[in-house]
Amino acid sequence: MTSLPVSTEKRLGLAIDLDTCVGCQACVTACKGWNDQGYGAPLSDQNPYGAEPSGVFLNRVHSYAVQPIEGAAQTINFPRSCLHCEDAPCVTVCPTGASYKRSEDGIVLVNEDACIGCGLCAWACPYGAREMDAAAGVMKKCTLCVDRIYNENLPEEDREPACVRGCPTGARHFGDFADPDSKVSRLSAERGGYALMPDLGTKPVNRYLPPRKKDVRHEASVLAPLLDIKVSGFVGWLDRVLGKI
Amino acid sequence: MTVQPKIDTSPLVSDEIRKTTCYMCACRCGINVHLTSGKVSYIEGNRDHPINKGVLCAKGASGIMQVTAPSRLRAPLRRVGPRGSGAFEEISWDEALALAVSWMAPLRETAPEKLAFFTGRDQSQSFTGWWAQAFGTPNYAAHGGFCSVNMAAGGIYTIGGAFWEFGQPDWERTKLFVLFGVAEDHDSNPIKIGLGRLKERGARVIGVNPIRTGYNAVADDWLGITPGTDGLLILSLIHCLLEAGKVDLEYLARFTNAPLLVVEDGPEKGMIAKNAESQPFVIDRKTGQPAPWDGKGVQPDLGATYQGNRTVFQHMAERYLSPDYAPEAVASRCGIAADRIRALAAELAHVAFDQAIEINQSWTDFRGDFHTTMPGRPVSFHAMRGISAHSNGFQTARALHLLQIVLGTVEVPGGYRLKPPYPKPMEAHPTPHFVTAPGKPLSGPHLGYVRGPENLALKEDGSAIRIDKAFTWENPFSAHGLMHMLIPNAHAGDPYKIDTLFLYMANMAWNSSMNSAKVMEMLTDQVDGEYVIPRIIYSDAYASEMVAYADLILPDTTYLERHDCISLLDRPISEPDAAGDSIRWPVVEPDRDVRPFQSVLLDLGARLGLAPMVNADGTARYKDYADYIVNHIRRPGVGPLIGFRGDGTAEGRGDANPDQLARYIENGGFYQAHVPEEAAFYKPWNMAYQDWAVKTSFYETPQPYLFSIWSEPMRKFQAAAEGLGAIQPPDHLRARLKQAMDPLPIWYPPFGDLEASGWGYPVHAITQRPMDMYHSWGSQNAWLRQIRGTNYLYLPTKIWTEQGFSEGDYARVISPNGGITVPVAHMAALNENTVWTWNAIGKRKGAWALDDAAPEATTGFLLNHLISELLPDKGDGARLSNSDPVTGQAAWFDLRVRIERVDPRAQSEPSFGPIPHVVPQGKERA
Repeated sequence: MTSLPVSTEKRLGLAIDLDTCVGCQACVTACKGWNDQGYGAPLSDQNPYGAEPSGVFLNRVHSYAVQPIEGAAQTINFPRSCLHCEDAPCVTVCPTGASYKRSEDGIVLVNEDACIGCGLCAWACPYGAREMDAAAGVMKKCTLCVDRIYNENLPEEDREPACVRGCPTGARHFGDFADPDSKVSRLSAERGGYALMPDLGTKPVNRYLPPRKKDVRHEASVLAPLLDIKVSGFVGWLDRVLGKI
Repeated sequence: MTVQPKIDTSPLVSDEIRKTTCYMCACRCGINVHLTSGKVSYIEGNRDHPINKGVLCAKGASGIMQVTAPSRLRAPLRRVGPRGSGAFEEISWDEALALAVSWMAPLRETAPEKLAFFTGRDQSQSFTGWWAQAFGTPNYAAHGGFCSVNMAAGGIYTIGGAFWEFGQPDWERTKLFVLFGVAEDHDSNPIKIGLGRLKERGARVIGVNPIRTGYNAVADDWLGITPGTDGLLILSLIHCLLEAGKVDLEYLARFTNAPLLVVEDGPEKGMIAKNAESQPFVIDRKTGQPAPWDGKGVQPDLGATYQGNRTVFQHMAERYLSPDYAPEAVASRCGIAADRIRALAAELAHVAFDQAIEINQSWTDFRGDFHTTMPGRPVSFHAMRGISAHSNGFQTARALHLLQIVLGTVEVPGGYRLKPPYPKPMEAHPTPHFVTAPGKPLSGPHLGYVRGPENLALKEDGSAIRIDKAFTWENPFSAHGLMHMLIPNAHAGDPYKIDTLFLYMANMAWNSSMNSAKVMEMLTDQVDGEYVIPRIIYSDAYASEMVAYADLILPDTTYLERHDCISLLDRPISEPDAAGDSIRWPVVEPDRDVRPFQSVLLDLGARLGLAPMVNADGTARYKDYADYIVNHIRRPGVGPLIGFRGDGTAEGRGDANPDQLARYIENGGFYQAHVPEEAAFYKPWNMAYQDWAVKTSFYETPQPYLFSIWSEPMRKFQAAAEGLGAIQPPDHLRARLKQAMDPLPIWYPPFGDLEASGWGYPVHAITQRPMDMYHSWGSQNAWLRQIRGTNYLYLPTKIWTEQGFSEGDYARVISPNGGITVPVAHMAALNENTVWTWNAIGKRKGAWALDDAAPEATTGFLLNHLISELLPDKGDGARLSNSDPVTGQAAWFDLRVRIERVDPRAQSEPSFGPIPHVVPQGKERA
């Protein structure tokens, strides 16, 4: 079994704004595109033009229907990827040490050279964040684009995960949760960012910013008619309206 | 703890980045295409690009799968078996072009209208239209007629600009944003970026849409309106605003035709009153006397009555103050409670008038009056295709513009801003041209804006000049043509028979036609051993359903293998603060025997001897499309691209510059001409803007104008229908012209509702495109089809529970036109009388290089089979199209159905036999 670092210098992760995510899937293919040619084995696709296409995606977006007790039903779009847990069960379950959490930044990675493709980590992950690559026989997962965020061959502004760079609504934020002044820490504090299924004790680093309360009517008082048109007639209304110029 | 492996965190990303333009929708975002060992290895958004600012949608980021798709056509093909059998032989380009010329040349010399050239997802319409004009056929249009001409025309005739990508909310200043209409896909990245900005600023977003997905999912408030009733809701909001006096009188008086006078009676009844110089005039509040509409210092009086004629304002107010438009009167029809309508009206008024803003920027208006600031009303609206896909869509688009106008929120800070070359008044657009002569070019550009009955494309006998019957009494303002009527009319020989159907990127044998099954029959129908539509030439890059029905296939390149220009002459990539255009260039070479369609057209044009495409000695004038982009001169000094003209420094106007494309490439593939600060708002009336627009080549002289609350062109048609004027409509169209051509925005029930009422079709059925698919294109994309390879008919809770549906069930869906049997799913966030599905996920077996067992081809389905292209026959033999009576826009969303639960099954119905693969089925992805 593999051990976790006692603590990490940084706690890099994502803050994902569920109030802003429109479910457009841009982050899904931005991730696929980068990681197909990035860290480790390409993200293969089986039967890509067949009856049951099945490929590896490190980030998927689901849409859920929510019916509040009062008010209209809602649709919540929910992007799902590795949460880079502090107490990552996918790491401790790994028989070869291939799964590990980086001590410098907390990123949970798979060392594909050591991965035997046993799949235990995917069973251990309660979030379904890991996917086995059928072609390479190794486990794939979100790397937080470890080959982008420090990449000196990229302009500084591009040193962020591909999903963050590509997100059209700006619903995805990347940063260091260990730094209370970082953008992600501040956003999380301001907006009540929450960890997914905290009762499992996995201590996810990523935070979701909850949807703001919807369908609340603004308390603008209903417009009062200028006068009773039935009594005044249209001419009366016109005089009244134009008298205001 | 475990020893961490050392990893390379600074790998080289690629050998080279080439910046070009995406082609996955009409956004046309900037992309960085990374090349490794000469192959595309990664695509990301271009941060410097004005449209997408670095971000990219799911389609754009999957472009690599589009460029390597196994569905790509590989060589020209000639049909050798029966049409639709898929029996083709590969031929050389010389053979293909010679064959095309042998069909086209005799038509040009005898009857150019026998060639009908229609382009679907064409992004080069100013070029393809120019070609068709040179050929001389009147039968040319792109796909706007079945897409969104109602919004385009409704906008142009009202505010001189439209929704779609032709304008946008002032994302930085608006405080309340209201988004109308179903559809998630357009103007995709700019709207997403804008919504993100509103969320960041804490601005409020309200969605008015039967379906709560996508943008509506993040809306702070949602009005799940009944389809086809948006116009009624909007007019009710106007009712509330007028009733309370919450309208922008200053704005109405200065910038709209509200103070113009309407002739009360006589032969000119309903026309705008003119003075002795045939100019409209206003009554000046200072003098009480007539004054020029554009006179300096004139203060137009909204309440004037002069010689018995009242102002437009009075006509408008009188109509909408009627109790017919009270929220209580419209609530049940719209599916929105009256108190919610009143609350929305109050919110609009509150933000527009109590939270008004101001920019400290002086400007001078067209009257010569100086203003020290630019006041703004921070309420903005945008609309998606849904509001316009009905037979009342044109008037609905007009109604929404009227709502913007009465709130004074178009072209002001915080409101809706148009993008150059808009604003541009209807009068600055051409009229339609359709006069043909054998061997001669057409009399002018095909598509235009009709001013009155005298502009209709009618023969002496009253029959249509165009095959699609555009610009006729059946749909006078059909500014984009009626592509959906092309094949049915050609098949019916109504108004006449054609010889050669020439299509580009238009999947008419499947998702781009109403009544698809019937259209497939029309394409293969024979009389006396001859096809009713004798010849079909088709160009596309991919093996779509349409390919099987062509006689000659001219395979196009993909978007990374070609030149293109996204031109100010067409649909540019402007922003409110800058005119913009861009190019595509071959960032990789094709690995197949394919050619870019535009270059092929130029080659065909030269072989046909079309004047603008040949030199004096008969040789080809343009080597290829790139040569055309640089050297074509549309008007003196004006070409397809505005940037780097002349010596490389000229903007807008200037001679052709041989280095122009190199300069564009150097600049990231695009060019922007920035609007001066004093010209940023109030553009239709702002002299600084007007002067800049002339300088930048949008028009030749300043074109200030008033917004058209009262539409005189519409009134001319209505008056004709009432019997006024020399040019008269046929009697069977008088009643609908009187109603539809109302000069003030009006609501009437969609024709589909009337058809369905009392016949047992209680449910509205609509479709929308997801943000991750472009029409039928996405299914050939190995990544995108994993995201959305199946579609369901989404049922609201009411229908789901009433009929006892459960997961896995199918439904029989029956319309007046036919039935389909399809898989269903429950969706609560949906108007209770509406069902819907994703557009164009369903595929014909054999197309797109997919396995015949692919879910797209088995459970996937289209609603198209339920929709007739014609209105029900009234027994008078008139073949009236199922379209908006003003513009001819296909009324897709008028569809009414009934739903019956059936047990689970493995296949949707109807199920068509496979069309033979014209390319091998895809196995592995690149």
